Amino acid sequence: MSVDMRTFLAHVELANPITTAAGCASSGRELAQFFDLHRLGALTTRSITMAPRAGRPTPRMAETPSGMLNAVGLQGPGIEAFLERELPWLAQRGIKTIVSIGGGTVAEYSELARRLADAPGVTALEVNLSCPNIEDRGRIFAREGSAAAEVIASVRSIMRYDVPVVAKLAPDVADIVSVARACVDAGADALSMINNPLGMAIDTEALRPSLAAVTGGLSGPAVLPLAVRCVWQVHAALPGVPLIGIGGVMSGRDAFQLVLAGACVVGVGTALFHDPYACLRIERELEDLLRARGFQRLADAVGLAHRPPGSAPRHLLVDTEESAP
Amino acid sequence: MQVTGTVLTTRRVDAYHALTVVAPGIAERFRPGHFVSVAVGGAYTSMVTRRAFSVHDVKSDYGGTVELVFTVRGRGTAWLAERRARDTLDLVGPLGRPFPLPRDPAHCVLVGAEYGSAVLFPLADALLARGCRVDFVLGGAGAERVFGAMRARRIAETTTLTTEDGSLGLRGKVTDALPSVIADTRADAVYACGPMETLRAVTAVGMEFDIPVQVAVEERMACGIGVCMTCVIPVIGDDGATRMVRACAEGPVFRGERVRFEDVGTIPFDALGAPGGGARHVS
Repeated sequence: MSVDMRTFLAHVELANPITTAAGCASSGRELAQFFDLHRLGALTTRSITMAPRAGRPTPRMAETPSGMLNAVGLQGPGIEAFLERELPWLAQRGIKTIVSIGGGTVAEYSELARRLADAPGVTALEVNLSCPNIEDRGRIFAREGSAAAEVIASVRSIMRYDVPVVAKLAPDVADIVSVARACVDAGADALSMINNPLGMAIDTEALRPSLAAVTGGLSGPAVLPLAVRCVWQVHAALPGVPLIGIGGVMSGRDAFQLVLAGACVVGVGTALFHDPYACLRIERELEDLLRARGFQRLADAVGLAHRPPGSAPRHLLVDTEESAP
Repeated sequence: MQVTGTVLTTRRVDAYHALTVVAPGIAERFRPGHFVSVAVGGAYTSMVTRRAFSVHDVKSDYGGTVELVFTVRGRGTAWLAERRARDTLDLVGPLGRPFPLPRDPAHCVLVGAEYGSAVLFPLADALLARGCRVDFVLGGAGAERVFGAMRARRIAETTTLTTEDGSLGLRGKVTDALPSVIADTRADAVYACGPMETLRAVTAVGMEFDIPVQVAVEERMACGIGVCMTCVIPVIGDDGATRMVRACAEGPVFRGERVRFEDVGTIPFDALGAPGGGARHVS
């Protein structure tokens, strides 16, 4: 028997819970050489910026234990090229697309939202709040509830109501729940977590930092426990808010952890660098794990680990009642 | 495409390791210049990025085999060097853009430094099949680090070897020997692979002689398929604008004079989207 893998990101239905993490699938064309993108629940684009960006100098990548550091610097051709070439390509194929946006000021985020508001093919808008706020001494938006809320409120007021606005949160904050709450209060329809925590590695041959940009975002299996913790805490505090769980998902079991912690959608990032087919494999493995545990629907597993110890899973109770004579 | 390949043979070639892997789908799609990426460390590894390798040889035996040549640089390549016959490897490929080949028979000089030479042998075969004349210039730090000298001698019109310590062939670098080889062979084109510094110098020689140079760059990559954006180098496009382009997807083969070698590792101020310069959006 197959498991019903459909899930809802706010009011938008996705065929399955697996999406790509922003910045790990470009705009889809590269992965399309390997498999049909329709098999993803949704594709999340890299973070689109207003102007073309050349990014940071190389070396931009360093492998670390069970992970990697990256300092790419949101390289991309800017919103014009995205609207001209990349989004239509996805829209024509009917691929569910979560567009990620990044900016340095609230006005920049608003302008990006304005450009995307009428563009066909935007399933949801993910607001990358881990950009430095150039109007506030380069402090990261996601590190402050009020700064994050200001961006979300502005973007929410511009985007059409049938397009969910997703706030992407960073884990290196004192209290992720307060930032999450600020974003939801400002109108975020869903939350996505976690963005890369900041890390650093030093090349012991060159006796210098391994990355040209010195620090970079840490991703890969090393950050999975961090993601599970953040999803858990936010789901506990805001149980009604749909969550996209992202961070070091390499297998269906990793995805299952995030689902049990409260995520209804799971983002796959670094695993794509290791295996271009990772999303399909993880979706299949997640379905197998659910089936093996008697779940008929993915939705029944979302946040299930929060139930008090000793209580039986709800779906299993329903089954016993039905089978009782 | 992704295949699970089976290691057929492992051997040492000079100072390097060579692995022959049965990888049918990859072998039949391969063109000279393509590379493959290999997952290292096994199923429960802590190494999350793939390693990219140029392909030294492709044979139709066993449905198709590819041969990779590499040197141990870190934990990933050390793991790969320990593979034995019948072990399996996760390969993705063929990746990248291959070498463009001349339409008509031409005189081509192939320049390789260290194990970068490996990628030049399938190219030489393809050029010879088109009736081109092939001459090799191979070099390395010492005799044991010059890759493929024997095979080059067998297939090429001439083979010039250089070593920095003088232990084999001429003392010096490949670029010291290159001008006279180009002059003697009246070369129409140069193909090169090796470290960035060598490619920069080879390109300079080619420009002096006013002949095209095709270079295959070696840059650190995480994915090899064009999504991670970590392997970018500054390249001048057809429109004259410099862009940070991916060595894996737009490369690894570029026209030498288009690559801004002296700016590799930086974002040139005039590159598209460079901070404080280039094309800025005005809203």
